[in-house]
Amino acid sequence: MAGRSAGPPGEPRRVAYLYLLPAFAVYAAFLLYPIGRAVQLSLYDWDGLSLGRWVGLDNYVAIVADEGLRAAFGHALVLIVFYSGGPLVIGLGLAAILNHAKVRGLGFFRTVVFLPQVVAMVVVAVAWRRVYAPDGTLNTLLGALGLDSLTRGWLGDYTFALPAVGVVGTWFETGLVTVLLLAGMSRIPGELYEAARLDGAGAVREFFAVTLPSVRGEIAVALTLTVIAALRTFDLVYITTKGGPGDSTSVPSYEVYHRAFGLSQVGSAAAIGVTLTVVIFVISFGINRFADRRVS
Amino acid sequence: MNPPLRAIAALAAGVLALAACAPGSSAPPAGTGTSAQPSASAVRTDAAQLGDVTLTVWDQEVRGGQAAQMKQLNDAFQAKYPNIKLNRVSRSFDDLNTTLRLALSGNEPPDVVEANNGRSSMGAFVKAGQLRPLDAYAEAYGWKERYPQSVLRYSSYSPDGKVFGEGNLYGLPQVGEVVGIFYNKAKLGKLGLEPPATWADFGAALDKAKAAGEVPMQLGNLDKWPAIHVFGTVQSRSVPADQISTLAFGRKGGSWNSPENVKAAEELVGWVDKGYFNKGFNGQGYDPAWQAFGKGEGVFLIAGTWLLADLQKALGDDLGFMLPPGATADAPPVATGGTGLPFAITAKSPHPDAAAAYIDFITNADAMKVLTSTGNLPVADTAQQSVPAGPQKDVFTAFGTVTSKDGLVPYLDYATPTFADTLGAALQDLLAKKQTPQEFLATLEKDYKTFAESNG
Repeated sequence: MAGRSAGPPGEPRRVAYLYLLPAFAVYAAFLLYPIGRAVQLSLYDWDGLSLGRWVGLDNYVAIVADEGLRAAFGHALVLIVFYSGGPLVIGLGLAAILNHAKVRGLGFFRTVVFLPQVVAMVVVAVAWRRVYAPDGTLNTLLGALGLDSLTRGWLGDYTFALPAVGVVGTWFETGLVTVLLLAGMSRIPGELYEAARLDGAGAVREFFAVTLPSVRGEIAVALTLTVIAALRTFDLVYITTKGGPGDSTSVPSYEVYHRAFGLSQVGSAAAIGVTLTVVIFVISFGINRFADRRVS
Repeated sequence: MNPPLRAIAALAAGVLALAACAPGSSAPPAGTGTSAQPSASAVRTDAAQLGDVTLTVWDQEVRGGQAAQMKQLNDAFQAKYPNIKLNRVSRSFDDLNTTLRLALSGNEPPDVVEANNGRSSMGAFVKAGQLRPLDAYAEAYGWKERYPQSVLRYSSYSPDGKVFGEGNLYGLPQVGEVVGIFYNKAKLGKLGLEPPATWADFGAALDKAKAAGEVPMQLGNLDKWPAIHVFGTVQSRSVPADQISTLAFGRKGGSWNSPENVKAAEELVGWVDKGYFNKGFNGQGYDPAWQAFGKGEGVFLIAGTWLLADLQKALGDDLGFMLPPGATADAPPVATGGTGLPFAITAKSPHPDAAAAYIDFITNADAMKVLTSTGNLPVADTAQQSVPAGPQKDVFTAFGTVTSKDGLVPYLDYATPTFADTLGAALQDLLAKKQTPQEFLATLEKDYKTFAESNG
């Protein structure tokens, strides 16, 4: 009965949806439903315990109006520079060298570069907190170089706290980006380089003419991953600065946690979470659109 | 609308429809807990006669001496009342805080829970009708005679959860804590100083320590909250205790913009100017700071009695502890302080009598002795405990003195649900000179006033 009568041969049959159902059920239960619930919560003024009060879009209006929250989103954008920009530049350079020089023990270097990714962020944060402490490694090093005037409590300094957190992000993401780009570069056929060299291109020209365009896809993947990581930053800030000094390192994810569990403003927390999700979605979408516009 | 978009829209609508009941609708109407309050004669205090009962207890006594006392007391309770079975669930402070909220809104919450005193925990639970008022039990067991009023108010709320510090009693703590001044006896001796008897002497001692090239005072303020205790100590030298209580309990009628508060903020900034704190204190963690003090860096440390065990281990008998001195040597003591987390009974517990008997058992006079012997600071009968001379004796004397004279003032961050954050960030700003004392107080005033007005 179900046969192929529904359409021309080769067309998908309706029964296909049945096969999709199990996966969809799991997806809906663990992803779509929670998202829907979060959206719904964001429309309420709710303390997590007593009956919620419908407030419509007030929570979203408050996000835009709240100077502190705008600052938090601003800090997240600064972190993108450190999480994505830094690793991309360093990663491109590092990968180009590793790929080009055909270093002996490439596997070893690849492992070393990738190592930060393997360590849990909480551990990374605790370690860097010690590095940045007033009597920590960084200040000891500066002192040894005779740069005592530069020493400070890095995470407690209003100018340097956010960059200090950002540098941890750079350190963390560089390995991932490098390994991604290295994989991309190893697939570039040698003939392309040969041709470029015959045309009289130097190493720099070669990099911009051959290597860079060839790893466009990998760059997009790297950017997507790192930008999302930057916007979602929570554990790093939670462990190192708790958003301080003052509010100079507050980030949206930390605000979500803080409002939901610290201040019992579950509705507001959900609204920030939803906003953050939308921002992440838009930015990743933009990056991928950009990467898909293949140059010939 | 093209087909895929339409599908997504339909999906979104469906998901929303699934989720479309107001959050929190399963919570009981406010007041169920309060109307059920029995009179003292109606409660049963003979635990052995309560039949076979299982009590589920959620506590956060997981560390060192805390865990030891809890185990010892629970074992004794089980031995004495075999008819009551304890089902103990123990988790760290942070874990308890984040899970308790969900557990209490369920249909079968634990019977006895340790709930943090503040508005966002105990206050919110009272407001939602999830905790049982304990006044009848307090009367039956004589808790109000044994516990000082300045201690009991930390677990008292009005039945609607709005007024903190008075009203019904919702919990009973085991241990006390007070913020005072730890000092390094050996260093004081080297500087030719005695523990300061007045606040002016304290200033002079800091001066002398600085001149001698010591770190006068350790502070690690990276975690935002530690300076709250330092500021509270300075503030309670110049601001009258009743004003601090009004501000710290978030009640109407106080103001941060007072000359006394300005004086306190200016004095604290003065300490920064004079270099009394270690370098880079805003970037130093709380733990590394007191650990440095334990290693002999720093003459003084303003901190709470909870550091006693660790510091004593590090410094031994070189460690001393004192209440912050007043303007004169015989001024009545005032210090920031409070209690450990109070034990409360949930409104839905089917065995409130057994739960109250358990709470009484872990807080009675014998329990206080167990607390002492396991290195904790008992909140009641503190002066009656016998401890060897040394830092522990200092701490017991300090707490006994300040509670017997009702000199405890509440933690400033109790004031409003957001105040810990507001004050912590503002203090970092103040200490880093990003805000003047006036701006600092205006920030606090705004948070306090906004809350006090809306709270009614």
